[in-house]
Amino acid sequence: MTERFMVTQAPVLIDSRTEEADGVVTLRFDWDAPASPGQFIMVWMPGVDEVPMSLSYLGDHKGITVKNVGEATKALTSLQVGDRIIVRGPYGRGYHVPKGKILAVGGGTGMASLLPAMERITATSVDTAIGARTEKELLFEERSKKTSSNVRVSTDDGSKGFHGNAVQLAKEMMSATKYDMVLGCGPEKMLFFLHKLCLENGIPCQMSLERYMKCGGGLCGSCAIDGKRVCREGPVFTGEELKDMKEFGRQRRDECGGRLRL
Amino acid sequence: MISLKVDLAGVEMENPTMLASGIMGETGGSLLAMAKGGAGALVTKSIGSVPRQGHKNPTLVELEFGYMNAMGLPNPGIEAFGEEMFEASKAGIPIVGSVFGSSAEEFASLARRMQEYGAEAVELNLSCPHAKGYGMEMGIDPDVVANIIREVKKAVVVPVFAKLTPNTHRLIDVAKAAEEAGADAIVAINTLKAMRIDVDARMPVLSNRYGGLSGPAVRGVGVRCVYELYEALKIPVIGVGGIEDWRSALEYMMAGAVAVQIGSGVGRVGPQVFGDVCSGISAYMADNGFRDITQLVGVAHD
Ligand SMILES: Cc1cc2nc3c(=O)[nH]c(=O)nc-3n(C[C@H](O)[C@H](O)[C@H](O)COP(=O)(O)OP(=O)(O)OC[C@H]3O[C@@H](n4cnc5c(N)ncnc54)[C@H](O)[C@@H]3O)c2cc1C
Ligand SMILES: Cc1cc2nc3c(=O)[nH]c(=O)nc-3n(C[C@H](O)[C@H](O)[C@H](O)COP(=O)(O)O)c2cc1C
Ligand code: FES
Repeated sequence: MTERFMVTQAPVLIDSRTEEADGVVTLRFDWDAPASPGQFIMVWMPGVDEVPMSLSYLGDHKGITVKNVGEATKALTSLQVGDRIIVRGPYGRGYHVPKGKILAVGGGTGMASLLPAMERITATSVDTAIGARTEKELLFEERSKKTSSNVRVSTDDGSKGFHGNAVQLAKEMMSATKYDMVLGCGPEKMLFFLHKLCLENGIPCQMSLERYMKCGGGLCGSCAIDGKRVCREGPVFTGEELKDMKEFGRQRRDECGGRLRL
Repeated sequence: MISLKVDLAGVEMENPTMLASGIMGETGGSLLAMAKGGAGALVTKSIGSVPRQGHKNPTLVELEFGYMNAMGLPNPGIEAFGEEMFEASKAGIPIVGSVFGSSAEEFASLARRMQEYGAEAVELNLSCPHAKGYGMEMGIDPDVVANIIREVKKAVVVPVFAKLTPNTHRLIDVAKAAEEAGADAIVAINTLKAMRIDVDARMPVLSNRYGGLSGPAVRGVGVRCVYELYEALKIPVIGVGGIEDWRSALEYMMAGAVAVQIGSGVGRVGPQVFGDVCSGISAYMADNGFRDITQLVGVAHD
């Protein structure tokens, strides 16, 4: 028998809501679908929209961490304990959880996708660089400290930690420590320069990308990057795969499939 | 030597599997990826005159035996699509340009552009069940379909394929009208109009409410349509609907399809579905003493 991709769609009840930072909310719910680090789900709010969200907690008590950037995420971040959402998935290929000394680099809500991977690695072997524009937007510093013995923070405005961006911080950390693998998730410009840095230093890496997703299920092609489906072959790609991509860091597509410069 | 080569109304293909319209057909890169999967030809996403966002999410429901979708024909518009066609042409296999319009003139001008972009054939989407003002409403009327085909035939020299909807009892009338108007092949079937209601939300899941059912769930309908079309027509029929392995592909060919298209199978199996189907058919032919795939077309008829 040929293997078939099958997912489930289920209503789930929000049983906890945590404000993580300015405009960023974590919602937790019981859902026992098997999932691995780096995978995402499609979250449907009936009457509003359905959007992709990384799983920020795995296991039977799952979670998503949402940043309010528009209509759908405003509705999601306004949900309260006792509200229902309908989820389908999980989708995509996540991180291959590596061995050795790891550096995790997260910008924006990127930490949401990285933490479940970090939590599968012993704390002493993972270092973390978290980037934010300003201290108020800083995400998951405390949770990272539980899974990583060395957590560093960068802010663009210097309000906390290293004054600069997460890639500059990662560069500094790389010069002090020899890493076997870098995991990255965040804005694509950040990933683009992080990837470059990893190549220059000969460190293998895996990065999680985002593209406009309609079906989420590997059919419509709206999420295509260089012919690969971010929803199926991704969202996590290896440094080697990224090296061959002409669109990585340069181009994404709008809802119609038209090309947009990054 | 076993030959899977087919000549589809003048389009020469190394094997009878084609990518169906609307699946991974919106970008040059994704079309190239499907060619790598082993397809004999590629049909593009249906392209219109201007950019179109399509329907709001949810646009897809996953079912045990297929999908229900209401994408709503999102596409970057014919102008921007030239760049994608140029990239896709590097695949070195025939590209079929699928187009949709709201009038015969619009179909004709889109088809002409596709021909300019290097399409070896054009496929007219006369059958989308969930985009208002396009497709199905026109595709169930034999006179309207005949008129569109005549206009397109005047505008292009490449073969013209008419893709029909199964959502009518007049399928054969429409197909015959298309044949008389000069269509070079018939593609059947598009999705079956369908709906999914979520009992927790107590409303239809798809934002468009209605969608189109595809995948193995519709295969029995597709095979029946192809069987009937093969008896009624002289022009070739291309079978599509629920094909995801060599058995289901052969079922269509034995019903009379000269070639087959695969859409949902790309989601349920992966891009390698094309190559898998071809090697399965080759093995079947070797085991049963066939040398040329065309020997199997229509064998299920007496
Ligand atoms: C694999 C993946 C994982 C993601 N994980 C998270 C996460 O953990 N936390 C989080 O806060 N956000 C995450 N996002 C981004 C999130 O999906 C978008 O922020 C959200 O869809 C915006 O919707 P909106 O209506 O609020 O904003 P809009 O005003 O509609 O758009 C704001 C921005 O979000 C983008 N966007 C809108 N709709 C989609 C869509 N269907 N697919 C992809 N991008 C879209 C737009 O291109 C635009 O740049 C993820 C995206 C992807 C693809
Ligand atoms: C997500 C999706 C998008 C589609 N878009 C189009 C389209 O743009 N034009 C078209 O002619 N058919 C479109 N179709 C219909 C398919 O080409 C095909 O006729 C149908 O899905 C049955 O084949 P399948 O079971 O192999 O998917 C689409 C189908 C799906 C599932
Ligand atoms: S969102 Fe990836 S193929 Fe539709």
